[in-house]
Amino acid sequence: MSRHLKETIIRGIFALFAFASVLILALIVMFLFREGLPIFKEVSVADFLFGQEWYPTYDPPAYGIWPLIFGSVIVTVFSCLIAVPLGVLSAVYVSEIAPASIKDITKSIIELLAGIPSVVLGFFGMVVVAPFLQDTFDLPTGLNIVNASVILAIMAIPTISSISEDALYAVPSEFKEASYALGATKYETITNVIMPAALSGISTAVILGMARAIGETMVVLMVAGGAAAVPESIFDSVRPMPASIAAEMGEAPFGSGHYHALFAIGIVLFFLTLFFNLIADYISQKFKEVGSATL
Amino acid sequence: MVRKLLAVCLIWLVFGANLVLAAENVVIKGSTTVLPIAQAALEVYMKAHPGVNISLSAGGSGDGIKALIDKSTDIANSSREIKDKEITLARAHGVEPVAHTVAIDAIVPIVHPKSKVNGLTIDQLSQIYQGKITNWKEVGGDNLTIVVVSRDSSSGTFESWGHLVLNNARVTPKAQLQASSGAVVQAVSKNRYAIGYIGLGYLNTSVKGLTVNGITASAKTALSKEYPVSRPLYMYTNGQPTGEVANFIKFVLSPAGQKLVATEGFVPVAGEAKENPLNKGKKR
Repeated sequence: MSRHLKETIIRGIFALFAFASVLILALIVMFLFREGLPIFKEVSVADFLFGQEWYPTYDPPAYGIWPLIFGSVIVTVFSCLIAVPLGVLSAVYVSEIAPASIKDITKSIIELLAGIPSVVLGFFGMVVVAPFLQDTFDLPTGLNIVNASVILAIMAIPTISSISEDALYAVPSEFKEASYALGATKYETITNVIMPAALSGISTAVILGMARAIGETMVVLMVAGGAAAVPESIFDSVRPMPASIAAEMGEAPFGSGHYHALFAIGIVLFFLTLFFNLIADYISQKFKEVGSATL
Repeated sequence: MVRKLLAVCLIWLVFGANLVLAAENVVIKGSTTVLPIAQAALEVYMKAHPGVNISLSAGGSGDGIKALIDKSTDIANSSREIKDKEITLARAHGVEPVAHTVAIDAIVPIVHPKSKVNGLTIDQLSQIYQGKITNWKEVGGDNLTIVVVSRDSSSGTFESWGHLVLNNARVTPKAQLQASSGAVVQAVSKNRYAIGYIGLGYLNTSVKGLTVNGITASAKTALSKEYPVSRPLYMYTNGQPTGEVANFIKFVLSPAGQKLVATEGFVPVAGEAKENPLNKGKKR
């Protein structure tokens, strides 16, 4: 076999592997749309997205998923409020401030956090956080937005932290050296030079963390309480979209309106994560720091 | 939807029949509430009788009885008694429906063990689940908000509860959803604001079962139909069953079959298997 032919074959094999995931994604999306779109014969897109009532098994059924969308968005936003400062600041500490020995330990512990199965975190939220919240704030239920947000934040921190850290590392050392040479302190260097230079990477980290939180299923199924109503306070229960799909898909009769509606929720989730990824991509392209300061 | 379901069943039938041409075929259709019983029973039964092929689908009691009338099923599972209209229609098609009571579905409202409330009426339960009664003091308890815990809308327990207590009115959207009876027990046992409902088989000492209209839920009161939130579950056949259909129903009613009924959280109707998880509930 000539070297040239070998080269061609190997190139083909690599291409095949690369396209396999593209093909799989395409098939999944096709399936999602094929199973989800038929619901719009029974209910209009606007009524589906903004309908206030989710009663898929009643006669006549009501397929409004607004409370579910609202539930997803609110737990994601709150979890970001907790996870972004923790994730970004821990990344700053690990990459810029910590001495080598502490750096190694902190970094591996944060990565270990990513390895905890979500069902374990969910269980923790159910039996530890929920009674704690209920007793502390004297609430009717501990399975609520705050609980879900805290647990989701714990899940999003490793994502945000490790991607932010990569972004901080990627800031050329010439930037820092130039800043120190001008007499800036470490704090001034971090806030005025390193953070702005790494901003696009950090924003990407935050958005990927959000995408992780909005798609997470087990945690919200276990600790968000599962009330399909638009919440009135942050201590109310909500039912985010993935929880609804997970809880109801098992017994929704194949081919029924309920079945198609659950797939249509999947489509909505798909578009939301796609949207997050596009924003992340846009930011990392647009605000990329280019150039370097070497002589 | 029904037509699609039937089509799927039909394909499955043709396909299944081709696979096991020589074997005996039994087709079961009907209620989603009876589904777990039929499912558990047929798994054990098919393992013990390798030649027999049982296919099972669930589209609701009405669908099952319809299928029995047009002879597209051997057994129709039903969570309600057959209606007079359906009997007339069946006889017109030369079908004589015979009922076999295989289990009793009894559902118990549960609260935290420390709750002052010991019993509620059907009407109070209905109002609570519709979100019209929102504080425990309205029904004789402490001044606490009621947290309504419900099952996911596709579960058979949810359906029975909706039928027997709410008379098919909508459950309040603020109701919390739990994906299993075990999770309902867990949630209620940890929350003195909460009320939930479970199949009698799941009742244990970590929660307090309420009386309904003054009657304690037990296998006995469910069997005698005194306990209001209970209903018999049926398997209907065309005439007295013969062959494998008869053997299968005999198996469901045997102690081994009734043990499966109890494991699935229902009240057994016959024989020794009555004990099982039910004793736990009486000790409370």
